[in-house]
Amino acid sequence: MNIIGKPRRRVDGRAKVTGQTRFADDLTLPRMLWCRLLRSHLPHARVDGVDTAAAAAARGVKLVLTGADFPIPYGILPVSQDEHALAQERVRFVGDPVAAVIATSEEAAQAAVQLLAPRYTPLTTISDAHDALATPAPQLHTYAEVGNLHKRVGFEFGDVDASFASAPHVFDDSFFYQGNTHLPIEQHATLAAVDGDGKLTVWSSTQTPHYLHRALAKALAMPAAHIRVIATPNGGGFGGKSDPFHHEIVVAGAALRTGRPVKICLSREEVFYCHRGRHPVDMRLRTATDACGKILAMDLETLLDGGAYGSYGVASTFYTGALQTVTYEIPRYRFRGARAFTNKPPCGPKRGHGTPQPRFAQEVQLDKIAVALGRNPADLRLEQLCKPNSLTANYMRVGTIGLGRCIDAVVEGSRFRERWGKLPRGRGLGIACSSYLCGAGLPIYWNKLPHSGVQLKLDRSGGVTAFCGATEIGQGSDDVLAGLVAEVLGIDPFDIRVVTGDTDLGPVDLGSYSSRVTLMMGNAALEAAGRARELIASAVAAELQLPVARLGFAERRVFDLEEPTRGLSFADAVIAAETRHGTLGTVGSYRPPDSAARYKGGGVGPSPAYSYSAAVIEVEVCPDTGWLDVTQVWIGHDIGRSLNPASVRGQVEGSVYMGLGEALMEESAFRRLPPKRSDALVHKFPSLLEYKSPTTREMPPCTTYLIEDPDPQGPLGAKEVGQGPLLPIMPAVANAVFDAVGVRVDEVPITPEKIVRALEEAARGRPARVGPTGFPDVGWPEPLRVAPPWEGGDGKAANETPRRPRPDKDAKDKQVPR
Amino acid sequence: MRAPSFRWHAATSLADAARALAAGGPRALLLGGGTDVVPAIKRRQYVPELLISLRQVAELGRLEPHGASLRIGAGVRLGALAADDRLGVGHTALRRAAGVVASPHIRNVATLGGNLCLDTRCNYYNQSLEWRRAVDYCMKAPAGVALAAPAGGTCWVAPGSPRCWAVSQTDCAPALIALGASVTLVSAEGQRTLPLADLYRDDGMTWLTRRPDELLAWVDVPAAARSTYWKLRRRGSFDFPVLGVAAAVELAGDVVTAARVVLGAVASHPVVVPTESLLGRPLGDDAIAAFAELATRLAKPLDNTDYQLGWRKRVTRAYVVGALRELRGDDPALLGVLARRQAALIPA
Repeated sequence: MNIIGKPRRRVDGRAKVTGQTRFADDLTLPRMLWCRLLRSHLPHARVDGVDTAAAAAARGVKLVLTGADFPIPYGILPVSQDEHALAQERVRFVGDPVAAVIATSEEAAQAAVQLLAPRYTPLTTISDAHDALATPAPQLHTYAEVGNLHKRVGFEFGDVDASFASAPHVFDDSFFYQGNTHLPIEQHATLAAVDGDGKLTVWSSTQTPHYLHRALAKALAMPAAHIRVIATPNGGGFGGKSDPFHHEIVVAGAALRTGRPVKICLSREEVFYCHRGRHPVDMRLRTATDACGKILAMDLETLLDGGAYGSYGVASTFYTGALQTVTYEIPRYRFRGARAFTNKPPCGPKRGHGTPQPRFAQEVQLDKIAVALGRNPADLRLEQLCKPNSLTANYMRVGTIGLGRCIDAVVEGSRFRERWGKLPRGRGLGIACSSYLCGAGLPIYWNKLPHSGVQLKLDRSGGVTAFCGATEIGQGSDDVLAGLVAEVLGIDPFDIRVVTGDTDLGPVDLGSYSSRVTLMMGNAALEAAGRARELIASAVAAELQLPVARLGFAERRVFDLEEPTRGLSFADAVIAAETRHGTLGTVGSYRPPDSAARYKGGGVGPSPAYSYSAAVIEVEVCPDTGWLDVTQVWIGHDIGRSLNPASVRGQVEGSVYMGLGEALMEESAFRRLPPKRSDALVHKFPSLLEYKSPTTREMPPCTTYLIEDPDPQGPLGAKEVGQGPLLPIMPAVANAVFDAVGVRVDEVPITPEKIVRALEEAARGRPARVGPTGFPDVGWPEPLRVAPPWEGGDGKAANETPRRPRPDKDAKDKQVPR
Repeated sequence: MRAPSFRWHAATSLADAARALAAGGPRALLLGGGTDVVPAIKRRQYVPELLISLRQVAELGRLEPHGASLRIGAGVRLGALAADDRLGVGHTALRRAAGVVASPHIRNVATLGGNLCLDTRCNYYNQSLEWRRAVDYCMKAPAGVALAAPAGGTCWVAPGSPRCWAVSQTDCAPALIALGASVTLVSAEGQRTLPLADLYRDDGMTWLTRRPDELLAWVDVPAAARSTYWKLRRRGSFDFPVLGVAAAVELAGDVVTAARVVLGAVASHPVVVPTESLLGRPLGDDAIAAFAELATRLAKPLDNTDYQLGWRKRVTRAYVVGALRELRGDDPALLGVLARRQAALIPA
């Protein structure tokens, strides 16, 4: 291969480093108006009305919109269509949008927002998941499964209680993983405009133009064919731009009403209110092992603090349980998860979506098991890795698994065997592993359509244009597309024009989430490029009077492999093909294989392939103050094959950086003011200054090992790298802190205050630990019982009940024929 | 976020600035580098009627010897100050403090005068108008705006308290007080010079003794034999201090003949710690420990900055010990991870 596997400059790199990339907020159109939103200042209240007269009369104001202008609900998941562009009868968190002002300048719009007079009746505030369990009424949403529990899920694969009853060892630990947010440097921005023929175009900083397209059609009651969504290059997404957002629908509605372009750029504070970040999760993890620490059964309970709306929350809840099984062999497994509604900005998918929290629990507990049984934690893991090409207890199909080599690399690099447990007090090493999806096996709305499509146009100039709905969010997807097409056609990636993220121009791709783009778009690109190559090859073969099999494509030439000087330039080859076949265009598409899981809820977790990571982290801890410095990171990632090793390294190290932020300091913390004086529940510090995220000062040296073991499901063997390498970081830090000072912080973030508290506990003779002491009573329903494959199961549940009616989804289908 | 409209006056001299300030009344604001004032205006903490820019006032940019001291104009940029070789070893505390304010970009713009006059800060106050509305505002800005606001409102940090507990988070003030600096204020009426410590009041709302018509013109900074500044913040850049320890000592042999230790960011003003117990003897471990105990008692961190207050108090002890051991001449490599962190962050 000439291009794939070699580190290269990204096709979008030059524009980005020279400031020429046009982000959504860079866009300006003639006669453009500006939008600002009024957001609720109460955490939970009935909206009795909004007096708009003064704002509407203010200088420069063209339009004022309220909830009455947007009566149709929407939401990213068909099962939770619970959002409105502007609040209807209720506001559910501080920051929930209530009204919008459209004016000739941003200043005028902002000034007029201050003149809006909303009238509220305050309602009971629910602060967190525990509060939600204790406060079933008033319900935030009447569609919640019970009280203020949005959703409860439960599965049992084999008789877990029987395994626990006979196991030599049982480990029972509780953990808490604090919420945090994506913190993309680009704030969300959207511009909407109406064409001369009445069609709507929306440019937005979104990771999912296809889902935004659908939500706009629904919420605006407009044919999808009359709407074009263009995802502008995102200045970072990390999952925070994957939902359709209020401001996107509001400016689209405003453009339709005024006939003028309307733009909004959110403030940093508003980005914190959009949120959709990491769920805070309480966890209880019980694991039964044999005498050597090999897992016999695992029993996991999770309780997610979901915030005020559904978002991806049902999927997030499933994800806190679905991927526990694909790393180590777990013969029997029970998982029960619940998500609560609370009066805070909605949580959703952040890098790792629902899996970093239980991964933290599992990897920290494994460290405890190793210590308790006198085992080296690296060996304990190596002895029980999942086997390649196997089916897990919950029917996830594992393909290649390069985790053993990842562990070997980081163990050797860090001299873990020689140094773990032997460093002087105050210094320590920790190890942890993880796995992640390469794209979800199912789309967000049920269908059997392709998940990704690529279309190629070639013409007599020799030019190739690649069209795809995929979205460049900084992760390098445009470069993957150009690189794969260039490899197949033997040209340079910079010869290719890439047109992505545009619902009018390109075939559908579901979006940049769940680490799906390289695998799915990549496979579609290979199919489209392969077809183009066949068209060109047949024409060149005829011209040179050679069999097709003797043709090579490289260095912008199509040539005889046996006599390489004989051939055509790529441009002449395309002319030959256009002459022979007429106008040239090819398509390719990809849909993941069907899942082996046939039980309800088994749609979350299956993936065409799984990536694996292992990390060793070294820390230095001040035993007096608890100050914690991460001094070095070694990380190995099973990438399958690196399409562009420079980009892959960037993603791995970016994940390490983000993981360290979660491990050490990031926190979506809220303040509840004394109910007697105020009932406020506010984000403690919705600002870049006070929401603490690491700087380059905090980034330690990082040694990265890319483990290549091509997976047959991936394009040329490639697997994901966008999310997986984040996962081992947080538990590896926790395990390193234990090695350094002998205390367990069973919570994230791991702060100096908590380390000091644990050291003080130890000094008083109590368990040297900080973390939750139990798990609340959720009132679990009976789990779905599915026999594991090795106990005669067929992937179906023994006790499945018929599907409940879904009024929201059915209502949606009636409103928008599609 | 956009700033509201205001009038603009670019002062051309100290006298011009003082005249404009006197004429501008209570809603006139002085603008040095603007790194703190401008975001505060966008958050509607201030809604000034008039902004008086000091950028073109040449007198404020001077840095020159003045007798045995160094006279530093209020308009000198922090980054330039930290890098200026006229600051000798006798001014180490100031060089370090100026060099660890915020981030390099901000130090290139921010001024010494701005850092010394820095508004007291608080997690309930340094928020947008909309956020503050959600908590029904606070005592420091009861009507949503801090300047010229009517009295009233609650201090959310200590709701039963009659006063505001916003925190003094200037890095340079503790360092300059430790060095024994004095400050000169200029108004249309004339000028006065006072010890820098006397510029500050233990009150989150009225944190300076500066009259509204006065502007800070310069500081005179004597040299000290040995001085240092230790800063606690979560990250190695950007953050305001949540604890600052400035210390300066004069030694005769190994006997302490003079000492000044000042704590920053643990109260509404820089806290000067009485140093009598250190005088007339060497900086022994016991003397340092006893003094650190006293300093820790004087630190009154509250729940309105980053980090938990109990932990900040604990680190106060560790920092005072570390700073004095550094002045005693201990090898920083032996002082542990906290000391190495100080050394790593401070520009050479």
